[in-house]
Amino acid sequence: MTDLPQNTGQKLGLVIDLDTCVGCHACVVACKGWNTENYGAPLSDQDPYGADPSGTFLNRVHSFEAYFDDAPAQIIHFPRSCLHCEDAPCVTVCPTGASYKREEDGIVLVNEADCMGCGLCAWACPYGAREMDAKAGVMKKCTLCVDRIYNENLQEVDRVPACVRTCPAGARHFGDLGDPESDVSKLVSERGGVDLMPEQQTRPVNKYLPPRPKDSKAVMHGDSQLEPVATEATGLIAWVDRMLEKLP
Amino acid sequence: MNPAPSVILFTVASGAGFGMLAMLGAGMPSPTGWAAFLLFSLAYLLAVGGLAASAFHLANPKNAVKAFSQWRSSWLSREAILAIAALLVSAVNAFSSVFFETVLPVFGWVGSLLSIGTVLATGMIYAQLRAVPRWNSPLTPALFLAASLSAGALLTGQPIFAVFGLLMYAALQLAVWVHGDEAFPRSGSTSSTATGIEAEHVSLFEAPHTGSNYLLKEMVFRIGRKHASRLRVIALSAAIAIPLIILFISTSLPALFLAGIVHLCGMVVARWLFFAEAEHVVGLYYGRNA
Repeated sequence: MTDLPQNTGQKLGLVIDLDTCVGCHACVVACKGWNTENYGAPLSDQDPYGADPSGTFLNRVHSFEAYFDDAPAQIIHFPRSCLHCEDAPCVTVCPTGASYKREEDGIVLVNEADCMGCGLCAWACPYGAREMDAKAGVMKKCTLCVDRIYNENLQEVDRVPACVRTCPAGARHFGDLGDPESDVSKLVSERGGVDLMPEQQTRPVNKYLPPRPKDSKAVMHGDSQLEPVATEATGLIAWVDRMLEKLP
Repeated sequence: MNPAPSVILFTVASGAGFGMLAMLGAGMPSPTGWAAFLLFSLAYLLAVGGLAASAFHLANPKNAVKAFSQWRSSWLSREAILAIAALLVSAVNAFSSVFFETVLPVFGWVGSLLSIGTVLATGMIYAQLRAVPRWNSPLTPALFLAASLSAGALLTGQPIFAVFGLLMYAALQLAVWVHGDEAFPRSGSTSSTATGIEAEHVSLFEAPHTGSNYLLKEMVFRIGRKHASRLRVIALSAAIAIPLIILFISTSLPALFLAGIVHLCGMVVARWLFFAEAEHVVGLYYGRNA
């Protein structure tokens, strides 16, 4: 049934640090690489080497510019993937029971054997986390690499989602956000992690760490630092100045 | 949102079909014999044809039968179940009216209520989506029901009910447009809430990909705005004003039928706008600030 579980044992999810993300898209590539050959149908591309390429991705990196009144403007790279919401609207709208949220760890998954490809779950998701695969005709989404994190054939260091394992900047963290003592929960409380679009009432599990405050405009362009050091020219410069003045 | 022709045809045709079944079931009119055959045939053609059209927008139709399973949480599943129930229950009354010249009011009324339920469920599929602020309102199912009953009354030849229905539909359609034009800003979703970045101004600097993708094709459709006000006038004229003028001139059956056809053409335009004008909050990630 596509009812949501009352409580999930764990709340596995990601914490994404917008301060550290450098926008390299390595997580996008690692995600596509792992997920195109593991859980469910491959992530197909259409016209990949032609004039109008498109394809299915479970993770995408946007870049935003932010203007502040009291600080210089910033470019902020913003990785976007499924937030494994506690009140996941994508799950309850599913008519076939293909979409579900796991009771044991809160991961939101699609059982592709049941999906009829109506696309209503993608409409219900405010975050654009679901993409219909144009080749397979079934809905694809982040699985939190469910086939890695419990995979005892992998070394322990690899039992995290592919995006987390590959991030060269350490901007992605994986763990149990339902446990207040976990590293990710501590990170969220220390850094003031936020929900995306809380007004959509989805209660996302994934959290985003906002960029740390940077230099303020007062420090960078303060009056004291830009005072002219000399108002009257002297010496050689003064002579050049006088000579130039004499030119017609 | 992408105004897919299959979904527009489905909602307009099945809306009209179930509207007819709602009228026929409620005994307005209660035909028998050949008249019943013609009216029920048209109702079933529209309702079932619409359902068939909806199957065309499924990417994986072999699993469509599973759509009857999730009635506890999914309005799409409820719609599917109500639609089949409405068609089956109404069929008993239709069969008896056509072949035994006997109207079965109990089956008629239950079929009528199930037909109304089906249309309301269709509206709820859209109304429940908080991610599409323009649809996320109780006005949406009311709009679908008023449109459905108007078409049903016109095509079953019920002039008084049709006038009443068309006026209701006109009021609701205007309310939906007035309410809808302010719905996105009222929803509170902005590029700032979408990214969690608190700043005076947040805007997209670089998209994640240069080409298109499923999200952009399906949910960030934008063509409708350019001619939206012109299309609204066309929709109001064809779906409401012209049918009312026809009814004012004549309430003969051919006139009612003509009014019904004009109304359905107008409904296609109105339904196209319903999708094309609806903004999904995911557009905020692609620099579409509503």
